[in-house]
Amino acid sequence: MESQDHIDNTLNHLFRQESGKMVAVLIKIFGTENIAIAEDVVQDALVSALETWKFRGMPDNPKAWLYRAAKNKAIDIIRRKKHSKTIDFSDPERKLLTSEYTLTSTMDSFWKEQHIQDDFLAMMYACCHPDISSENQITFILKSLCGFSTKEVAKSFLTSEDTISKRLYRTKEYFRKHKIRPRIPFLEEIETKTEVVLSTIYLMFNEGYNSTHDDQLIRKDLISQALWLCKSLLDSKRTRLPQVYALMSLMCFHTARIESRTTKDGNLILLSDQDRKIWDIELIKLGSKYLNQAAFGDTLTTYHVEAAIAYQHCTASSYETTNWKEILKYYDLLLNINYDPIVFLNRCLVILELKGPSEALDVIEKINDHKVMNRYYLYHAIMGKIYERLIQPNVAVEYYQQALKLTQSKIEKHFLKQKIARILN
Amino acid sequence: MKEFLMLIRGGQEKYNSVSPEDMQKHMEHWQEWMGKLAQEEKLVGGQPLMNEGNTMTEGGKKVIDRPFAEGKELVGGYLLIKADSLDQATEIAKGCPSFEYDCSVEVREIAPMG
Repeated sequence: MESQDHIDNTLNHLFRQESGKMVAVLIKIFGTENIAIAEDVVQDALVSALETWKFRGMPDNPKAWLYRAAKNKAIDIIRRKKHSKTIDFSDPERKLLTSEYTLTSTMDSFWKEQHIQDDFLAMMYACCHPDISSENQITFILKSLCGFSTKEVAKSFLTSEDTISKRLYRTKEYFRKHKIRPRIPFLEEIETKTEVVLSTIYLMFNEGYNSTHDDQLIRKDLISQALWLCKSLLDSKRTRLPQVYALMSLMCFHTARIESRTTKDGNLILLSDQDRKIWDIELIKLGSKYLNQAAFGDTLTTYHVEAAIAYQHCTASSYETTNWKEILKYYDLLLNINYDPIVFLNRCLVILELKGPSEALDVIEKINDHKVMNRYYLYHAIMGKIYERLIQPNVAVEYYQQALKLTQSKIEKHFLKQKIARILN
Repeated sequence: MKEFLMLIRGGQEKYNSVSPEDMQKHMEHWQEWMGKLAQEEKLVGGQPLMNEGNTMTEGGKKVIDRPFAEGKELVGGYLLIKADSLDQATEIAKGCPSFEYDCSVEVREIAPMG
């Protein structure tokens, strides 16, 4: 008999990897109005895997075993519900499920490897429908496509399981009411649809990457799921767009630095103070490879430019030798593509490094929408930094205190408090 | 469009002796053929039947524990299809994979009553 831990571990890993794909195939079989049935089948398959493997040991190919279990359960359900109105069999492919002449072979063709990946991607595009709010999109993707439990999703969003259940319900209702048929978008619409998918993936990534979470495990989970989803898009010819490579590259560069961003107690370490020796060289290499691949065609997205900036940081041997000049050019390019106050503020930081505090202050004072800027934590943090460099500690402290009021993140709060304390001493 | 019943008879002997690989291939033929009918919206439904059954005669009083006809005559399955005419239904039936197993196929139009 296998050790229970070994089975649990394999199953957990397998579940995360495969449950989303199985759900996607089953939704194709039962229709988006029956997502609950699809999820139940996957759940049942997992439970029977756990029970069977406990007594008979692990099969040679656990994935194939799991797929077969799900397929057989799906066949049972089709036989049971053949004459009920639950499943819409009017579609020609599903019609074949109603006859015993064709049930098994049709079911087999639903589970062919090349269809599975397409169904998974189709489901991803369906989840990222612009009518579904981005938090509902991410909730649904984490639960249904990434195999998170409701509890885990709740933890990721720092909210209650009840809220998550409501969000899931709303998304399922949307699918049901609008009779959504998941599919990979046609060539002429693939770019716009992929944009939404990428921004959802990037949001998920940032949820893990940015320091709003105390729970390290959940953060790493979110990051690895975002990377995995983006990789799935790269694995298919139809969705392998330059901007997908660019986002993948950007996320690799960010992830490479993750261990150096916080102390063991979870406190923030600034880029200038990070230990570059612990940056993940393999991930930086991978990011560079993806960045090269992102360069085909003439598409230039913010992901491209952000990845180029991250590349400069990742390949600089020290903070001092960072190529700020090049980075400034990229920030200009970013603002050209899309004006964004956060990007503007980050550009001010580059000017601070490149030309010093007076020039940075000049640039920041030229902004005409100070009211909007006032609401950003980053604005006050940067002003604090500028005044610190101008050796006006009192003004700096005032700005830092304002920043402290505006951030929700525990880690950032702690960081600012430390800064203020250091200046006042 | 009219509706037609296809009655498939016989073939059990050959079905019983076939290798699993050949059987799988045969079922794929069914899927292709019925899939095409479904695409053309000509498929209403249909099922294969078990070999066992009961036959009732004499006003339901007498029950024989086997199908009415056996051997080459045994009904092994049915299909309901849509077609414009008996000729068209017959043309469709000619493609039925059951011929690979020496079955006979009878095509009958559904009769409107009253």
